[in-house]
Amino acid sequence: MKQYRIDQTKGMEIGLYTLGDHIFNPLDGQRISAEQRIKQIIEMAKLAEQAGLDIFSVGESHQTFFTTQAHTVILSAIAQATKKIKLASSSTVLSVHDPVRVYEDFATIDLISNGRVEIIAGRGSRVGAHQLLGVDLQDYEEIYEEKLELLKMINEQDTVTWEGKFRAPLDNAEILPRPLNNTLPLWRAVGGPPASAIKAGAMGIPMTLTTLGGPAINFKESVDLYRSVAHEYGFDPATLPVATTSLFYVADTTQEALQGMYPHIDIGFKAIRGMGYPKQQFAQAPDHRDSLMVGSKEQIIEKMLYQYELFGMQRFLAQIDFGGVPFDKLMKNIEIIGNDIIPAIKKHTAQKEGDE
Amino acid sequence: MKIVVLSSSIVGTKTKIALEKTVQFFEEKYAAYEVTLIDLAQYDLPFSDGRNYFEYEGDAKYVTETIMAADALVIGMPVFQASMPATLKNIFDMLPVNAFLNKVVSIIVTAGSPKHYLIAEQQLKPILAYMKATIVPTYVFIEEKDFLRTDIVNDDILFRLERLVEDTVHHVEATQFLIEKQDAMYDF
Repeated sequence: MKQYRIDQTKGMEIGLYTLGDHIFNPLDGQRISAEQRIKQIIEMAKLAEQAGLDIFSVGESHQTFFTTQAHTVILSAIAQATKKIKLASSSTVLSVHDPVRVYEDFATIDLISNGRVEIIAGRGSRVGAHQLLGVDLQDYEEIYEEKLELLKMINEQDTVTWEGKFRAPLDNAEILPRPLNNTLPLWRAVGGPPASAIKAGAMGIPMTLTTLGGPAINFKESVDLYRSVAHEYGFDPATLPVATTSLFYVADTTQEALQGMYPHIDIGFKAIRGMGYPKQQFAQAPDHRDSLMVGSKEQIIEKMLYQYELFGMQRFLAQIDFGGVPFDKLMKNIEIIGNDIIPAIKKHTAQKEGDE
Repeated sequence: MKIVVLSSSIVGTKTKIALEKTVQFFEEKYAAYEVTLIDLAQYDLPFSDGRNYFEYEGDAKYVTETIMAADALVIGMPVFQASMPATLKNIFDMLPVNAFLNKVVSIIVTAGSPKHYLIAEQQLKPILAYMKATIVPTYVFIEEKDFLRTDIVNDDILFRLERLVEDTVHHVEATQFLIEKQDAMYDF
């Protein structure tokens, strides 16, 4: 775990991730400007650091209703505005970029941030980036696998000699600058069905698994397969971290949490997926067995510990700003996470020296 | 309430004739309902490539967004090779998995042979159920001999179409009642 900068004696890491969505606040019908939204994201990262969160990550999407297309630029601003919180992408849509360029960007942010940055590379669940940046959707799977392999190679080697289908070959190329400690943590972003988790295991690469809703136990198959496939391919699963992510809203009472979150999650799903969030399903979400993180702080703690029991993950990332959530509510969420949730979770998940 | 009547083949005339008659029945009896006829022959749609429906452009965006905004969808389809036309399956492929949640879907089938009577039952209804439609159980099956040139001449078909229109509206109202009842359970 050490090479991925994870210290299990400190307990499970808890952080935030944003997709940088830029959606109307359903309560007043207003949408803040892109400038305000980006500055709020940077502000949110500072607050997260002050509240003692372990990590803050920013994803990219290249289409309407998003504002963090240039996620590395925003991460770099956050690197400058913070001192100790870890930073990551959530995710970098690797398929549409040149892995060399991606690595140059992240290695640079790693130097700016004193070795705090990580890459979470995904293949994108929306097609906007592919169209805009000229990547044929026909190559959706293969282009991602090839680019992830190359990125991993760049991360692990000082010089790279490589040949593939989707990029010009590299001959003894030095990819510079190098990150502070010569490598940085590189994760595979995994969604829904287990096929991607299996690929992550086969590659022996850390996995960030999204669990957007529905029974948490449905995702156990992906986590178990990830570890068993990693073992099959000669990697030690005990050295490979797993992170999970979910939409998140905590309030003083269950009712307040449901009322606070529903308009946002509903409009967010409408804007991005074209259908709202079914109320009946949402009403079941505070149950500790459901993966959607909504409820009172006691319920959220119970959910996290239940999931920790299921998955044994090293990190949990919460998405608190989906669907035009106003900044005062974000502040309140960060405050509760810092004051109440983190101490409880850390206490229960910290491992003794030598447990690993 | 919005009702979309979908003529789902890009060739032939019989399905469209039946649907125009259906639209007429809606307008005569339920003037307050907004009825839109979409004839796929009038539009140029690409094959589904897996993107979100609202990310298509032009005709595909119009057709899918109009269907998604409807409270009820009346699907009219001819039978091709013992199944639905590819153009209809393509519409399903463009929509989200739960596209028909809280939507009523009713069916009108035209066919050259009575042997195709169960095609809607066996081929179309499973897809609609998968996509969470509230399906009006009885559909109208129309054969070629029920038409004379551009008119439906079998009175039974006309009566059935009238009943389908009524059933569709009643199902929409019942579905609305269910949604309200469900919403009343929650305070968010």
